[in-house]
Amino acid sequence: MTIRLTFAAALLASAAPALAATHTVSPGENAQEALQEALILAEPGDEIVLEAGRYTLTDGLSLDVDGVTVRGAGMDGTVLDFTSQQGSGEGMLVTSDNVTLRDFAMENPKGDGIKSKGADNIVYHRIRVTWTRGPHPENGAYGIYPVESTGVLVDGVKVTGASDAGIYVGQSNKITVRNSIAEANVAGIEIENSRNALVEHNIATRNTGGILVFDLPALPVMGGGNVIVANNLVVANDTPNFAPPGNIVAGVRRGTGIMVMANDKVLVENNILSQNPTAPVMVIAYTQPYEDERYNPLPREVVLGNNTYNGGGYDPQLEGAEMLKGAFGGELPPVLWDGLGTLAAVEGTMGWSLNLTEQGKGLAAAQPGPLQVAVPAAEFDRSGIGAPAELDARIAG
Amino acid sequence: MKRSGAILAAACLALTGAVVARATVFLPVIVLEPVNDEAVREGMPRLLSEFGFFRRMNTQVPTIDVEPYRLNTPLYSDGAEKLRFVYLPEGTQASAQGEGLLDIPVGGALIKTFAFGEGEERRLIETRVLLHRADGWLALPYLWNEDQTDARLAIAGARLDLTTPKGEAISYRVPNKNQCKECHGLDGAVVPIGPKARNVAQGWLEAMVADGHLDRLPDGADQLPLWEERENANLTAAARAYLDVNCAHCHRPGATASNSGLDLRWEQQDPAALGIGKRPVAAGRGAGGHLFDIVPGSPETSILTYRMASPEPGVAMPELGKATVDEEGLDIVQRWIEEMAP
Repeated sequence: MTIRLTFAAALLASAAPALAATHTVSPGENAQEALQEALILAEPGDEIVLEAGRYTLTDGLSLDVDGVTVRGAGMDGTVLDFTSQQGSGEGMLVTSDNVTLRDFAMENPKGDGIKSKGADNIVYHRIRVTWTRGPHPENGAYGIYPVESTGVLVDGVKVTGASDAGIYVGQSNKITVRNSIAEANVAGIEIENSRNALVEHNIATRNTGGILVFDLPALPVMGGGNVIVANNLVVANDTPNFAPPGNIVAGVRRGTGIMVMANDKVLVENNILSQNPTAPVMVIAYTQPYEDERYNPLPREVVLGNNTYNGGGYDPQLEGAEMLKGAFGGELPPVLWDGLGTLAAVEGTMGWSLNLTEQGKGLAAAQPGPLQVAVPAAEFDRSGIGAPAELDARIAG
Repeated sequence: MKRSGAILAAACLALTGAVVARATVFLPVIVLEPVNDEAVREGMPRLLSEFGFFRRMNTQVPTIDVEPYRLNTPLYSDGAEKLRFVYLPEGTQASAQGEGLLDIPVGGALIKTFAFGEGEERRLIETRVLLHRADGWLALPYLWNEDQTDARLAIAGARLDLTTPKGEAISYRVPNKNQCKECHGLDGAVVPIGPKARNVAQGWLEAMVADGHLDRLPDGADQLPLWEERENANLTAAARAYLDVNCAHCHRPGATASNSGLDLRWEQQDPAALGIGKRPVAAGRGAGGHLFDIVPGSPETSILTYRMASPEPGVAMPELGKATVDEEGLDIVQRWIEEMAP
């Protein structure tokens, strides 16, 4: 058996370049050039090791070689400092496949933290992206930003201070975001126009909104859905919205725990939702007019399983909040639905509905009342959701 | 013998009767060294001179088979003068693809030198080469030395302080090898951007055909307006040409900014794809508090012009290749948006 395994391993190895090399980079005066050169000259399969210390960088970095691992000495040990960044739209840009980024930090990038675009099978492991002054509208937009990719694993990252979303996965497929902390961003974790995403065991706290799952019109990749949001701690997302106006997240109400908007087949279960003052869970339709024929603005087949709700809806950032609170006895029940699309919830789920009848017509027709929805008709189909197992294997052990 | 200006050499031999090809006893015959095809086809030469694109490095006089060209509407780069050349190995020719990119054969190259200052004051800053190899295009940046005798490969890019023609002191960025791809990337491959048939002079195309460097005159080609004569051109054409040349290499399907859904190519006619009434996706603070990429009649509330008008990283567009605002480009786009019927 051992022999057979070894043989298999040898076969696997033969598919990779014969000699994977390690390139070690140290902090110091030429860090920008040395690091960027290593990123360019690396061959598929190579590892770039960033020694401990603080690297002062003046420009964005980029990686365009398949199969490279960039490994630092820990998310507090190796710090790439972009405070004096002079160019580029992000701290690091990855455009190649099968890349692993692990164990380093990015501080104060001018735009996004790490963007990976069209980079399939990417792993972000124990990466920290921090805007050190805390919430500020002039901070960069996204911390961790994979887009247009198949196979995304985000594990053990921490993002603080993003003026849009801390961890943002867009227009992608087969995604896992887990064991991560999103703190003091406008949106903590955002899954947008993406399919087959698993968001589990994360902490979203002190954001304006904790975890958002939605679809937007007029993007190249459409039709988000098949998303599970489970076992997350979504606590005290009460930071006033500091997004620059004009961003879609600028409309997120302070105190939103988990929001599902215009998405298909989403399961929300076993989360602990505490102290999210507008609504622990919000299920709504896209509110704006749109022209994209491919777009469905309604939430469809959203399922609320068992979640723990504690102290939400006590300070809703909603029109007529005082009247609503009065009507519901001082605190709004945890689930807010606008009444559009389809929603199911396990028995005993407390909530309220705006009972809207049409998308995009505003709240004028709202007739708030207690939530009345069916119980889930069948077991949620979990097949094919989450990042490919190969990505887990890459960071195992 | 290589084809080192073979005809000249032959003439030289005939006249002098000498055996040495380089003999120039009686006539000032200049023997042109050909381009080093090996350097174009493989490896990464450390020095620009190793390619042999230029007869004189400092004055950028090209050697045989290296043809200078210019663009009708050029890409803005902090006001840098740009010297553009195309190299087609002997016996090969480019082929026309309608109004789009001229198809340069494997072994060919595109060369672009950035210079600031005029006359005696002119300094060559960097030369970017795009080499068409068997496995695709390779982009390499070369940084000129102080003496202006040669340029060395700067694979990780560089920064240098200089003053633009308008007198602005900037930290000029030489892009690294990967950053080349940010603008030159299409569907995962590196491609040329500049030499589209619609963006080069008709006369140049005719001369290329006459010389056998181009297979035929591109048919049905639009022509982008000449930038310096934009005031006499149709405003929409001038603005759309500017956006096509300065923005559309990223803002098009398959390119770096495809996820934005904004498509600024010349041939795009859908108003929403062009940004009219289109909401941003990942603009972050780049939106500047505005709701739409283009608000007809209102450049002051349009994200497109807000980002063009900013020099700040994270807001500025384009993200790469400029440190200063292109006031003239901004002006034409602002006027175009202003003129749109709301």
